[in-house]
Amino acid sequence: MSTPNQRAVILGGNRIPFARSNKQYAKASNLDMLTSALDGLVARYGLAGENIGEVAGGAVLKHSKDFNLTREAVLGSALAPTTPAFDLGQACATGLEAVVSLNNKINAGQIESGIASGVDSASDAPIVVSDSMREILLELSRAKTLPQRAKIAAQIRPAHLAPQAPSTAEPRTGLSMGEHQAITTAKWQITREAQDELALASHRNLAAAWDEGFFDDLSTPYLGVSRDTNLRPDSTPESMAKLSPVFGKKLSTPATMTAGNSTPLTDGASSVLLGSEDWAEAHGYTPLARLVDAEAAAVDFVDGAEGLLMAPAYAVPRLLARNGLTFDDFDVFEIHEAFASTVLCHMAAWESEEFCREKAGLDKALGSIDRAKLNPLGSSLAAGHPFAATGGRIIASTAKHLKLTGKKRSLVSICAAGGQGLTAIVEAV
Amino acid sequence: MKDTYLGLVNGPLKQVAKTLGLPQPVELQRFDSTPESYRKKPVLVLGAGADAQKLADLLLENGFEVRRHSTAGESLRAIIAVLDDVLTPTDLSETVLGIGSALRSLAKCGRVITISTAPDAANQSPEQAAVTQGITGLTRSLAHEMRAGSTANGILLDGVDMHAPSVATALWFLLSGKSAYVSGQFVTVSSQEGNPTSMEAFLSTGAAGPLAGRTAVVTGAARGIGAAIARNLARDGAQLIGVDMPQAGQALAEVMNEVGGRTLQLDITAETAAEKIAEAVGGKVDILVHNAGITRDKMLANMDASRWDSVIAVNIAAQARINAHLSDKGLFADGSQVVSLASTSGIAGNRGQTNYATSKAGVIGLTAASAGDFAHRGGTINAVAPGFIETDMTAKMPALTRQVARRLSSLQQGGQPVDVAETIGFLASAGARGINGTTLRVCGQNMVGA
Repeated sequence: MSTPNQRAVILGGNRIPFARSNKQYAKASNLDMLTSALDGLVARYGLAGENIGEVAGGAVLKHSKDFNLTREAVLGSALAPTTPAFDLGQACATGLEAVVSLNNKINAGQIESGIASGVDSASDAPIVVSDSMREILLELSRAKTLPQRAKIAAQIRPAHLAPQAPSTAEPRTGLSMGEHQAITTAKWQITREAQDELALASHRNLAAAWDEGFFDDLSTPYLGVSRDTNLRPDSTPESMAKLSPVFGKKLSTPATMTAGNSTPLTDGASSVLLGSEDWAEAHGYTPLARLVDAEAAAVDFVDGAEGLLMAPAYAVPRLLARNGLTFDDFDVFEIHEAFASTVLCHMAAWESEEFCREKAGLDKALGSIDRAKLNPLGSSLAAGHPFAATGGRIIASTAKHLKLTGKKRSLVSICAAGGQGLTAIVEAV
Repeated sequence: MKDTYLGLVNGPLKQVAKTLGLPQPVELQRFDSTPESYRKKPVLVLGAGADAQKLADLLLENGFEVRRHSTAGESLRAIIAVLDDVLTPTDLSETVLGIGSALRSLAKCGRVITISTAPDAANQSPEQAAVTQGITGLTRSLAHEMRAGSTANGILLDGVDMHAPSVATALWFLLSGKSAYVSGQFVTVSSQEGNPTSMEAFLSTGAAGPLAGRTAVVTGAARGIGAAIARNLARDGAQLIGVDMPQAGQALAEVMNEVGGRTLQLDITAETAAEKIAEAVGGKVDILVHNAGITRDKMLANMDASRWDSVIAVNIAAQARINAHLSDKGLFADGSQVVSLASTSGIAGNRGQTNYATSKAGVIGLTAASAGDFAHRGGTINAVAPGFIETDMTAKMPALTRQVARRLSSLQQGGQPVDVAETIGFLASAGARGINGTTLRVCGQNMVGA
């Protein structure tokens, strides 16, 4: 079916600058932000009125009214209204899974072009009523007579009216993501200093990338925001050290995770343009890179056998083995910074003989990662992390980075709620 | 911004304004793609020589009704006086008085066009030079005497004859609503270059439009006059690449999606701006409109370095560098046409705008001096100098100053961004390749800098 020239390539991307939640984008909905991210991409590539094979996207915090979020965004955008779209979700890996999914469809010859997208708003988040209130309201809707209705309505108590805001707590453990990670951080004995150092590097790298105009053709301002608002280029080791820990305070070990080395709640949206080589050529686009393979993993975190965010530590060895690659074959490592310690735990696991032999099924340690190759454009600690938008940010940035620098290969790794992780290899073309 | 006065004197206060002798500007007739809207009424062609007949033939070929003598009571679309063969001042009399006796028959938003030899054309006797220079005084004064949205402009022949393709293109421009806010000005045709263009083709849009098949780069395209330029060039058939500062990206994306163009978020003062523009075009640059500009007004006594330097950097240094880089690296296409935004402030000077006026006068100089380089490639470079145009910038003026500024032009109103855009579209068209190195004012014959 697919001929060599139908291989999928990454052509570019667009995101709105990410903003800390409840600030500049407080009143923007997921639909607003996703539409804007798409419109910026359409404008950059002159796609107004054009049909795209398929647009994929999703949001982690999603209103039930947004059941067709991506399709609605397409209808509100400058794309042809005859462009199909679908929603998908894999928690924080949603954006990357959208890229993988469309990449595979192009490679299978099913579509010629695609836009992978993702959006999240922690500001305009869905608020639901409690389960007990919901049950009463449903009973009420089933009641037939006025006395029945009155009787049911009389059950409503003030406590029922308290809304339940969404949280990052795991449904099966009740622990927040940060508390989960605090346990893993303690287990791998990751120090506060190491976490702060990684966070500082993220801010430094992202600031440099903005300063040199790296994002001029990867972002479009939105509501007056033209740079990621979480970025703190003037952070210092001293200012980082002053912050009080926020997670792991109840553990027996010292708490090390602060607001500085954990990602804040963020609003934002991203998109990535993919196409077959033929489609790219016909439109005069220069391919940036291609996604050659991807691997997902999941861990059993519920009974504590493994840390919640450790799945990428398992996915990466399998991905490398299938492609006959080692860490030495990579010039760039894009490891999503849910928390600084998440990245450090993954790297510690890959350096651990014990982990690699006993858990990852290798015969020796996978090896260590050269820090100079780690997140060279900054990552979520500096940019912020609008869950489903992070994958698109990373893919578009690393693809452009490879093209610009002449580097060959990038490893992308994103951990996700539910004990999942998704990893991918991006190569220069 | 809305000109409330213009609405009132054409509505409820029409009679009051007339009685009190207040200025009575009219709504100008702007672009209409159907030539019929400009051919409804006949055109009077005056002039004793053979060239007048050539012009009459050209108009007939293009579907106009032509009169060689005015008929009492018949309303006229335009009066065209062909004066290029007048050799002595005393010989002007018959044709000029002919214009005068027909003026009362001129329709609302009508046109007077003089066609004459350029005053600085070579090989003129002193007497002839007196005639050619004299005609500019005549035309400018006539423009001041025009009423009801009518304009008077001239076409100057600089070493070319009536058959130069750009003479016809200039004629269609001046006869149509595309020149609504151009008055008291001269279009100088200095070469035989240019594609012969019919009135119909000049007014066509989209795939049949005068810019069809060409790619146009417009800087500062996110809003105001730049966005209007982008819309007009797209209407005339060009593929658009809109350039603006990265901070203006959201507005730029909206404009480009509206016209099916592409965005390039770029600071034009960057050293690599020319390369980035060529890269975005994906080859050689064809049409380039240097529209991006800023104002940082202060009296020179209070001017700090950042105000002075930023205006010079954006308004003139950037385009000089971009032109030079594109030219040196062979990145201008054959026949490429550049249009730059100057300003009447650059011609007349303006209190509080030493920096801005320096930069805009600089544009006029740069344009004239670059003409030769562009002519080598069969292309052109020209400038447009807007006067008072209704934009966000002029909306910030104090109300009274704004009202006065509007009435200070012969058309007694401010221009619209589209008026500037129409003139740029004309100068960027293949039919205008015989016009090079000039600066054309779009100011309604503003008294400032006249």
